[in-house]
This record gives sequence, structure tokens and C-alpha cells, in this order.
Amino acid sequence: MTRTLSALSARRRHPLAVVLLIALALTLTGGLYAALVPQPASAQPEQSASATDIAEGEKLFIANCATCHGFNGEGGDPQPTGWGYGITGPSLVGVGAAAVDFQVGTGRMPLPYQGPQAVPAERIRFSQEQINQMAAYVASLGPGPAIPAEEFLDITALTEEEISRGSNIFRTNCAMCHNFAGAGGALTKGKEAPALFNVTERHIYEAMTTGPQSMPVFNDNTIAPEDKKAIIGFLKSIHSQPDPGGLPLGYLGPVSEGLFAWVAGIGLLIGCAVWLGMKSS
Amino acid sequence: MSTTASRPASRQDKAAAGVANFADDSVGASKIVNGFARKVFPDHWSFMLGEISLWTFVILLLTGTFLTFFYVPSMGEIPYEGVYAPLHGQIVSEAYASSLAISFDVRGGLIIRQIHHWAALIFVASTVVHMFRVFFTGAFRKPREINWVIGALLAILAVFEGFTGYSLPDDLLSGTGIRIAQAIMLAVPVVGTYLSFFFFGGEFPGHVLIPRFYVIHILLLPAIMLALIAAHMFLLVLHKHTQFPGPGRTNDNVVGFPLFPVYMAKMGGFFFIVFGVIALISAFVGINPIWAYGPYDPSPVTAGSQPDWYMGWLDGAVRLTPGWWEFTLWGFTFSMNIFIPTTVIILVVMAVLVAYPWIEQIATGDYREHHLLDRPRNQPTRTGLGVMALTFYVILLISGGNDIIAHMLNLSINDLTRGLRLLLFVLPPIAFWVTKRICLGLQRRDREKALHGRETGRIVRLPHGEFIEVHAPLDEYERWMLVQHESQRPLELQPAAGANPDTLFGKVQHALSRFYFDDRVEPVTPAELEAAHHHHGHGGEHAAIDPSEKGSAKTTNSLTTQG
Repeated sequence: MTRTLSALSARRRHPLAVVLLIALALTLTGGLYAALVPQPASAQPEQSASATDIAEGEKLFIANCATCHGFNGEGGDPQPTGWGYGITGPSLVGVGAAAVDFQVGTGRMPLPYQGPQAVPAERIRFSQEQINQMAAYVASLGPGPAIPAEEFLDITALTEEEISRGSNIFRTNCAMCHNFAGAGGALTKGKEAPALFNVTERHIYEAMTTGPQSMPVFNDNTIAPEDKKAIIGFLKSIHSQPDPGGLPLGYLGPVSEGLFAWVAGIGLLIGCAVWLGMKSS
Repeated sequence: MSTTASRPASRQDKAAAGVANFADDSVGASKIVNGFARKVFPDHWSFMLGEISLWTFVILLLTGTFLTFFYVPSMGEIPYEGVYAPLHGQIVSEAYASSLAISFDVRGGLIIRQIHHWAALIFVASTVVHMFRVFFTGAFRKPREINWVIGALLAILAVFEGFTGYSLPDDLLSGTGIRIAQAIMLAVPVVGTYLSFFFFGGEFPGHVLIPRFYVIHILLLPAIMLALIAAHMFLLVLHKHTQFPGPGRTNDNVVGFPLFPVYMAKMGGFFFIVFGVIALISAFVGINPIWAYGPYDPSPVTAGSQPDWYMGWLDGAVRLTPGWWEFTLWGFTFSMNIFIPTTVIILVVMAVLVAYPWIEQIATGDYREHHLLDRPRNQPTRTGLGVMALTFYVILLISGGNDIIAHMLNLSINDLTRGLRLLLFVLPPIAFWVTKRICLGLQRRDREKALHGRETGRIVRLPHGEFIEVHAPLDEYERWMLVQHESQRPLELQPAAGANPDTLFGKVQHALSRFYFDDRVEPVTPAELEAAHHHHGHGGEHAAIDPSEKGSAKTTNSLTTQG
């Protein structure tokens, strides 16, 4: 009985069939993998340079960032500070290339000094190439927002309607911290929403996708790339033109206007009154 | 031909004479014109501060009238189709659209809008400065208490007039301001919700607010203010203007120039100067860029949402008040953290402001009329109180901009707010004490100067080897300024003037009087002056000017004045 069964099975499958099957399956899986997976990787323009970029980036990272962020970007131990702003370098796994380009490209990193939040340094310490290499390394630690492609930053072709839409989205989502004209504002405990004058299109875009410091992340589901572009277009349009009303006094609202009314307005008028009063006596 | 030419002329003369006669007969015009034209006003630059206020009000009426021609007081919503591209197609209120149209489409509209807004800020500012002038010089004393009260009412109405105007363009900032006004109403215990529903005609923001504010802003408040200004001016003429003390100036006369032609020219000229300065500012400096704020929508808000400066002190008071002042009782929420720093503080400040002339009357027990102004140093306690109030007010005003200050100076807004809370209670008493001490010190110096003359800086060695500095005597006119004021003492020293010290009122009066006048520097009496001169005659240790030396000292004196 058992012999009959084994003879039957021996007849149905050649002993080499298992090997063949495994080879086939492996080829198929590998082929599918090759066909499906490297798609985003091959879309990177400098795919060939990427390996060296990552290696170079890792060197730069270890030399400049690892003290706080850990040797593998896993985040560091709390750094002792005298002011209670116990800043620990956060984990950089998954922050993406955009975060590196923003933080280092605006001079916020390496941190110039301990404070409530990183503020832009006077001098950018790295070339754009070095920043890109570090960005490539950090991006290799885990998937995250990429540096935006040029097509999302080119605001020259925006229509009036798109700029108007941008102003509406900015007012609803950004003005509460960054002020109606992007002049910035205070947050709690010395933190701030910085002014947006003279910030490049790319950095504004990256700030929205990565949410640096106290800022929330506005991913592509919250604000679509086209809308981000419209916001940037609105900011650039009001910052590039002179204000219709004259000197805008920093777009700080009634505080700077009131100060001006007292110092210049009342000051000049009292000066005139004193002058007229002197004329008689 | 010549006869026909002369005949209409004589007819005109007759007509003019007829009108003049009619005016004279019916209302006594010649008496009014004559009396008014010869009305004498004293001269001092600080008397023109109220004039700045008056002229900015006139500018506000003129520019405001222009703005009403184009403004649409409606909350109806339309898509914006005007020339300002970054707002194209957005749904805005008609009020906002018409404000944008005034700014961009109406010829000269933007400058008129800016003149109107700058003039409004300067109007309230000059009113405050004028009030402090009146306060520090004691111009509110009898018989001018009522005019002080009218002025205080005008000041508070000006603030509300400004706020309603700030709300009309219906941009994001003004809408936020109205929302805060609603919060202030809601915070009034018991009736708050009813007040809000009554005012907004239902839920916030509703559809009636802008039309209502419009009527309040262009009709109701300006009419009341015009009437009060008329009364203010009438009382000014009736009481005659106060004057600073000086030679020949007494409580019973007014030394100055007649209204016509000197003051007509001066006042008219000053109007154009005020208009010119404000137009200059408006031409170069923007104010309230409503296009940048965008239309009002209850969901967004901008960082740095502040009221115009005159409401800033209330905003500051709210910012300084801790949140735990809000509590719940019997299922009702009592927002004392909003109610006290807004409604209560306005009422308290207004009450103190209006009552001050009578408070001081109680302290001095002085019910006489005063037409001569005080030099602020001669009233140390009053001046100290004024500076104390000013310090309190300025700290609140600064607190109203705490976020802007924190942002500009890279400070922590939490630390700043805590610091300002502390300063609000610490700094005003210090300001009172320091001011009072400075006033008393200045009085002592005045005394010294009146008695011993001015230091000339000329050192003389006497025959026996002693060095002295020569003091030059003041001339009569200068000395008069230093010695003319009355001695003020606590009432206990003048039992005749005081009330019965056993009643509560008497006790309060007693305490108040001592608070005001316990610390004092007595003015120089004629006897002291005589004694000092006599003393100098003997070539005393300190300020030896004997008659023989007087001539040379006077030369030094005149040289120093020239230098």
C-alpha cells in the first residue's frame, strides 16, 4: 500500500521538479521585485552618485551632527544646559531629505546656540552639495519628505486666481502664527513663528512638508502641492511689490501704527505748537 | 453810466447794512461779535494741545464725510471683482469690498482713508495729552469741574468712536476686534448673553452689526461729541481761559492777545499745520492695510491682532489677568478674567477721572475759584498721582503689545507677561514717590533761588582769605514766579476750613488732606525775603552780594543769560 503510493508519487513528480520550482519562484519574485521596487530609486536623477553621496553624507553627519543626533541618527542623550531648555537631538529616522535641506540650508542646524528653538544663523556652514549629501544620508535612514522638485517651486506661471487661493489658504492655516503678511509672531516661552520675508520658495515648501520646530506638518493630504505653490506665490507677490499704502511699518499691525502716531504724529504737532507758542513771546 | 455803476454798489451797501442791522436787532450780533473778537486768550504752547484735538476732529468730520459717499454698510456677501489681484474671486462682504474700492478705485480714496485713520489715532492721543496738561496744571479746579467732566466724557466717547470706525472695513482685524467686543459683552455677569444677542441681533456675527456700527459711528457718537465739544468751548469762553502765573497775571484778569486778529490767525494757521502734518504722514506711511488683512471670516485670525492704541490698555489688562479668575457657580460661568479687566476697569477709571476735581476739593478744603494755573512742582502730591496713573496706564498699554515686543526683542512672552504683572503693581507707587520727591526738591531749589539768588559761577576771595561764590539776585519778574503760590497745609492746621473731624467724612477729609500736604515745602514769605536781603547786606557766609557789588554781579548775570 505504501509502496504503491510512493511509486505513484514518484511517477507524478520528477525529483528535480522541486529544485526547478524553487528556481522559477525565485526568478519570478526577483524579477517582480526588480520590476516594481526600484521605481522611486531610479527616479532620483543622481542614482549612480547616490551611494557615494550617502557615504559622503554619513561622514559629514558623523563629524557635525552625531554629537546630538546619535551616530546612526537615532537621537541623542539629553544635553545638559544651564537654562532648562533640555534639548535632545531628535531621531532623524524618517524626517526625510527636506528636513535636512531646510534646517541646514537656513542655518538652523548645526544649532548655533542653545535657546528656546533653533534660529537661522548668520552664515550657512555648508555648501548646497554638502547639504544634499547629508540629506541623502538622512533620507537613507528611513522614508520621509523629499526635497521638492522644481515644478512645485516655479511660481512665475501662477494665475491671479491661484494667488488669490493662496492668500485664502495662508490666512486660514498660517496667519495665526506667521501674521497676515508673513511678518512672524511670538509663540510660548520664547519660541516664535519666524518672519517669512526673504525665505526661498524651496525652504517655505520644505517647512510645510516637514514641520520644523513648533510648526505642524502640512503634508500633501492636508495642503496639496498645488496649494503649497499658491501660498508661496501669494507671499512672494505681496513681498515683491511695494505696499499701496506707503511704508507698511513692518506689517505689525496697530502696535507699530500707534507707536508711530505718538512719536511722529504727536511729536511733530507738539513741536509745531511749541514753535507757534515761541513766536509770540 | 457811472450813476448806474454807483447805484448797485450803494444798494449792496444798504443790503449789507440791512443784514447787519437785522442781525444786531434780532440777536444782538454786534455785541457778540465785538465781545468775542476782543476776547483775550493767554499764550502758551501747552494751551494748543486741546486745539490739536479739536482740529483733528474737524479733519475726521471732513474726511469721514468723503468716505461715506463710497462706503456700503452691508454684510451681504459678494465675490470680490475689484482691482486688487490677490483677493480676486474671494467671497467678501459688501462693506469690505467698498472699503477696498475706496482704497483702489476711488480717486484719492486711499489717502483720504489714511488721513482719516491717522487723524483718529492722533485725535485720541492729543485728547489724552490735553487731559494730562489740564490735570497737571490744575485747570480742572473750580469753576471748571463741569468742563473737566465733559472732557472726560469726550475722551471715552472718542475711544468708542474710534473702535466703531476700526470695525467698519470688515477686514480680518476689525472682525477679530468685534469678536473680542462680543466676548467682553458675554463676560458681563447675568445679562451678558442677552446683551450680545441684543447687540448682534442674534448669534455672532449676524447681519446687522455693520449697519448698526455705521449709524453709531457716523451719526450717533459724532452728534453727541459735537454737542459736548460745543459745550466744552462755550464753557471755555464763559470761564475765560486759565493762565500760568506771571507778573501782572492775577486770578481776576487774563493777560494775552485778543481773539481777533491774533488768535484767529494763529488758530486758523494751526489748523492747516495739523492738517498738513497728518496729510504728510498719510502720504508716506500706510495704516491699516485692509487688503493685506483680507476679508473677515470667523475662523482665521492673524498673529499680532491688536486694537488701535487707545484700546490697547484694556487689551493689556486682559492679557495680564490670570485665567483662573474664571469660575463656575450654580452651573453658570463667571468670566471674571474678562469682566474685571475690561468693563470694571473702564468704569473704575472713568469714576476716578470724573470725581477727581471733587476729591482734591475735599483734600484741600478749598472751594474758591482758581483761574491761575499751578506749576506742577508746586502740587507734589497731585503731580505724583498723575505720574502714577500714567505709569499704570503705560504698563497696561505695553502689555497690550506683549506678543509683538516678545517677537521683536526675542523675549519669552511668558516671562515678559509675568514681569509686566509685577511691574503693574510695583512701578506706579515708585513713580508716585519719585515724582513727589522730585517736585519737593524743585520747590526747595526755587526757595533757595528766590532767597539767595542765582549761582553765577564767579568765585571771589574775600580779604580775609575766605572763598565765596557770588550769587546774583533774581529780578522781580523771575522772583515772582517762584514765590507767588500759596502755602498748602493739612486741614488740621486750619480748623475753620475743615469739617467736623468726628464724622466719617471729617475723618476721610482729614486723612486725605494729610496725604496731600504733610510733605511740603513752604513758599517764601515776604518776611523771609526781607530777612534774606537784610542778611545779604551784611555779606553773609553763603551769598554775599552787598549793594556796592550789585552792579558787577548784574553784569555777570546778564552775561550768563546771554551765554
